[in-house]
Amino acid sequence: MTDNLDKSPADTPPSGPTLSKTSVPAGGPEAIKAIPVRHYGRWASAVIVVALLVALGYAFSQGNIQWHTVGDQLFESSVVKGAGRTLLISVLAMIVGVLLGILLAVMRLSKNPVTSSVAWLYIWFFRGTPVYVQLLLWFNLALIFPVLNLGPIYKNEMTDVMTPFMCALLGLGLNEAAYMAEICRAGLLAVDEGQTEAAHALGMSHAKTLRRIVIPQAMRVIVPPTGNEFINMLKTSSLVYAVTYNELLRSTSAIGSTSYAVMEMLFVASIWYLAMTSVFSVFQYYLERYYARGSSRSLPPTVFEKIKANLFSKGSPRGAV
Amino acid sequence: MTAMVKAEGVHKSFGLVEVLKGIDLEVNSGEVFCLIGPSGSGKSTFLRCINHLEKINAGRLYVDGELVGYRQKGDKLYELKDSEVALKRRDIGMVFQRFNLFPHMTAVENVMEAPVQVKSAKRSDAHHRAMELLDRVGLSDKAGNYPSQLSGGQQQRVAIARALAMDPKLMLFDEPTSALDPELVGDVLDVMRDLAESGMTMVVVTHEMGFAREVGDSLVFMDGGVVVESGHPRDVLTDPQHERTKSFLSKVL
Repeated sequence: MTDNLDKSPADTPPSGPTLSKTSVPAGGPEAIKAIPVRHYGRWASAVIVVALLVALGYAFSQGNIQWHTVGDQLFESSVVKGAGRTLLISVLAMIVGVLLGILLAVMRLSKNPVTSSVAWLYIWFFRGTPVYVQLLLWFNLALIFPVLNLGPIYKNEMTDVMTPFMCALLGLGLNEAAYMAEICRAGLLAVDEGQTEAAHALGMSHAKTLRRIVIPQAMRVIVPPTGNEFINMLKTSSLVYAVTYNELLRSTSAIGSTSYAVMEMLFVASIWYLAMTSVFSVFQYYLERYYARGSSRSLPPTVFEKIKANLFSKGSPRGAV
Repeated sequence: MTAMVKAEGVHKSFGLVEVLKGIDLEVNSGEVFCLIGPSGSGKSTFLRCINHLEKINAGRLYVDGELVGYRQKGDKLYELKDSEVALKRRDIGMVFQRFNLFPHMTAVENVMEAPVQVKSAKRSDAHHRAMELLDRVGLSDKAGNYPSQLSGGQQQRVAIARALAMDPKLMLFDEPTSALDPELVGDVLDVMRDLAESGMTMVVVTHEMGFAREVGDSLVFMDGGVVVESGHPRDVLTDPQHERTKSFLSKVL
């Protein structure tokens, strides 16, 4: 039935007349065979972009770059350890941020004016000052409080408590909590009030309604920006360089400054950051898919399903659904 | 006959707007009690007061002989704790205009949720009972579907099964068919008719005059926050005494 229609090339530009793909019932009006619009602008812009890319590639090939250093140092043990510490501090700071963020969000939404204004104040301060400044504040805390004294529970020199690791964890985690609080609050508010009413009408308590009904639905709104926050965190963690925590940037820079391969080591660091953020993006996709269940009629396909579908559909007419 | 629901001078305001201006009525055990009236007349608000989704400002409201939302000691009223309110709500099923099914759970999970979470029923028992209830509303083949994969009428029937899973002694219906395509209304009304025949006490806010006439045992016409006229549905619907009732019915019948 579609024989005479499939003669047009399969890769016609999408905005061209795609009528060639729709089937026409036998005996109906004749299918339209029009000459597609020529998109000269697209060709021109493609040529310009490719030319610029070639120029950029050429510049790098002529630059004074020791590419073998990049390859040699990529899996150097101190670099790998640094990447591990970047991942560790990012994950831990994110956990602190998420837990504290949920608490702050619930506090802000509570009817108690004291808890809600304290949460507001927290968010106001930690979102309103740069994370770099906050890191330095923790780092220099011993200047104003030489001794950490928690009464009978704990007492120690502040410099012993505020190790580079603690500075990094508190600085990144407490800052993240302010952002996570707003994300969680938005998520909780996005759930329809009828859901709470229905759960209450069934005799469910506030806590159970929150845990079983509201939070699972809020997650659909919370997860995508949280993934974004984590990717940001992986990169922002490079700032803890300032509090002498030996993460990826600090360990690569150390090699860079002693071996005079500053740029090469920055490339190494970039490759590691890119690798970590890419791996996480894939993970995030599956997480979002999990929380989308029930919200759309069918779940979006996974990457593998898409590949499989494309492989098997090869050769069959694309217009047929 | 004992009164399942008894209202004495119930008042309710939202801010400065008085929505209920003194409602007095009695719903007997086992009867189907229909509330009709124009939108804004306070009928849905009154229904929501019965399971304390709204707090009343004055008057007394009793369900099965017990005060709703408060405890009376001498001449003082004590507000009930949230957990005590929740305990009482277990016995009152509610069906909403917008269904309010839990979208992240399948039909059968929706029905199982409250028995498992609130009554600590065993999952296998709850599942068995949920399947029976879905069968009763004619949806046993949709047990594994999410609400978004069901039509409005199917969602509302799942919502009825969900309320029944708690074995309530009273069912509240808040315009259960108003959000449905006309074609799908019949299926939901059939389920409600079966439920009425089984002897369930039902308070139904509805615009389905046919249902009220056939199934209802009592009917109340509300307007402007007061009960204008009440009686047997056949009498009120065919021979309204009050001018306001006459003009309302002439528009909807």
